[in-house]
Amino acid sequence: MYSNEHKKYLKKIKINNFLIRFTQILIIFLIIFLWQYAANHNLINTFISSSPKEIVKTIINLYKDGTLFHHIWITFYEVIISFLIATLGGILIATLLWRFKFLSKVIDPYLTILNSLPKVSLGPIIIIIAGASAKSIIIMALFISIIITIINVKQAFNNVDENKIRLLKSFKSKPHQIFFKLILPSNYNNLINVCKVNIGLIFIGVIMGEFLVSKAGVGYLIMYGSQVFNLNLVMTGIILLSVMATLLYYLIVFIEKRLQK
Amino acid sequence: MDILKVKNLRKTYHTKKNEILAVEDFSLNLKQGEFVAIVGPSGCGKSTILSILCGLDKASSGKIEIDKNLKFGYMLQGDNLFDWRNIYKNCLLGLELENNLTKENINYVNKLLDTYGLKEFKKAYPNNLSGGMRQRVSLIRTLATKPDILFLDEPFSALDYQTRLAVSDDVYQIIKKEKKSAIMITHDISEAISMADRIIVLTKRPSKIKNIYEIKLTNRSTPIQNRKAKEFAYYYDKIWKDIDYHV
Ligand SMILES: Nc1ncnc2c1ncn2[C@@H]1O[C@H](COP(=O)(O)OP(=O)(O)O)[C@@H](O)[C@H]1O
Ligand SMILES: [Mg+2]
Repeated sequence: MYSNEHKKYLKKIKINNFLIRFTQILIIFLIIFLWQYAANHNLINTFISSSPKEIVKTIINLYKDGTLFHHIWITFYEVIISFLIATLGGILIATLLWRFKFLSKVIDPYLTILNSLPKVSLGPIIIIIAGASAKSIIIMALFISIIITIINVKQAFNNVDENKIRLLKSFKSKPHQIFFKLILPSNYNNLINVCKVNIGLIFIGVIMGEFLVSKAGVGYLIMYGSQVFNLNLVMTGIILLSVMATLLYYLIVFIEKRLQK
Repeated sequence: MDILKVKNLRKTYHTKKNEILAVEDFSLNLKQGEFVAIVGPSGCGKSTILSILCGLDKASSGKIEIDKNLKFGYMLQGDNLFDWRNIYKNCLLGLELENNLTKENINYVNKLLDTYGLKEFKKAYPNNLSGGMRQRVSLIRTLATKPDILFLDEPFSALDYQTRLAVSDDVYQIIKKEKKSAIMITHDISEAISMADRIIVLTKRPSKIKNIYEIKLTNRSTPIQNRKAKEFAYYYDKIWKDIDYHV
């Protein structure tokens, strides 16, 4: 079907992709190996930097305690809840602001102020109001991501081609029709990107919240570990976090691909 | 029979800094089945007139008389197809919005797609179509809601010259075959002469009517053929002088 030249070309791409993957995996193994090697030969202070072996041990111990999945689940739960509220709520508010330009103009400066405010500074107030519980953590994460979600989504909605809106109006469309037939579908990619960015922000918020208040969760593990100078626990927490964040990111990519079909 | 009467249309735009008188005085009577072209220097208020006629904008004063039962179709610059809808779905857009997806209407759209060479492309997406085909889809989308009058605002200006000739030929024949009346804006004098029954030349802003030409060509046929008519140069020359381009 294809010419030989084209086959060669396809093969080259395949080989290239394979090499990229291979090198990526190699780098991980190399880091783990060097880290362990340095630890074994006392080139680094394992008390501070831990080692792969110790991390694995810590994970196994947590698992035997029965607390490993408890902590992961708590953090995961907080992330998912805040993610859903921040993303859906942010899009909903942005929709209202798109629809009601007066409201949008009124709120604009407040959004800017809230956006430039370092959200961590709200931590103490949130704790006082909502109590030292998962509630505070979720609110914290919400604050960090929802403002920027609103701003980005609103801008994307307002950027839709004016001519296409005129076209719909010439068919006598109502605002909700313009929204569902044009605004929403034309911003599909932007919304997916908002989701991807939000996952990262939500993790920041949740872990910060857990540092401040929690009694459980991966952030708590890290905090607790640093308080009792158990750096193995701290490193374990960090590793768990990066795995979780990556998995969630790819979950969104997976959903994105599914929806595209 | 005039199906649309416009009298002394006037439009002022208000902005924070000043007010702009875009249209000073515009009148027009459109007959059933007639194809009218409006030409004039850019920025003179052509688009303004059209959006007032199809109800997207309000006139400051003047009178528009139109039979309440008549329907408009509006085609504006570029094809404005929705990339995420396939060709078939793009054509159904207007009917969807009007909650009018009856079997009869859907059959009509299918018939239009088949007749105008898009049969095999119903499932294709706009990105895979040539500029000319996209323009045809855009016209079918407009025709799907069975408008009586078409308003075309520089519909071909996004196309390159060759495609433009072919597409205007296409679009013209579709409009004539479906027996629609049309008002088309263009800044291309040749395009206007080759397609229109009547040409209205506007002055620069604030626009008034400078001249009106009934286009009478020997052996009138398709726009491309019409360009060869012996009167073509005569009209071109006249209108060119009317518009009085300064460079
Ligand atoms: N919404 C608007 N607000 C203010 N001025 C406008 C608006 N739309 C058009 N104008 C002005 O009115 C004039 C005519 O515009 P337009 O009808 O688009 O011209 P044309 O289509 O002939 O190029 C231009 O000077 C333009 O700047
Ligand atoms: Mg214009």
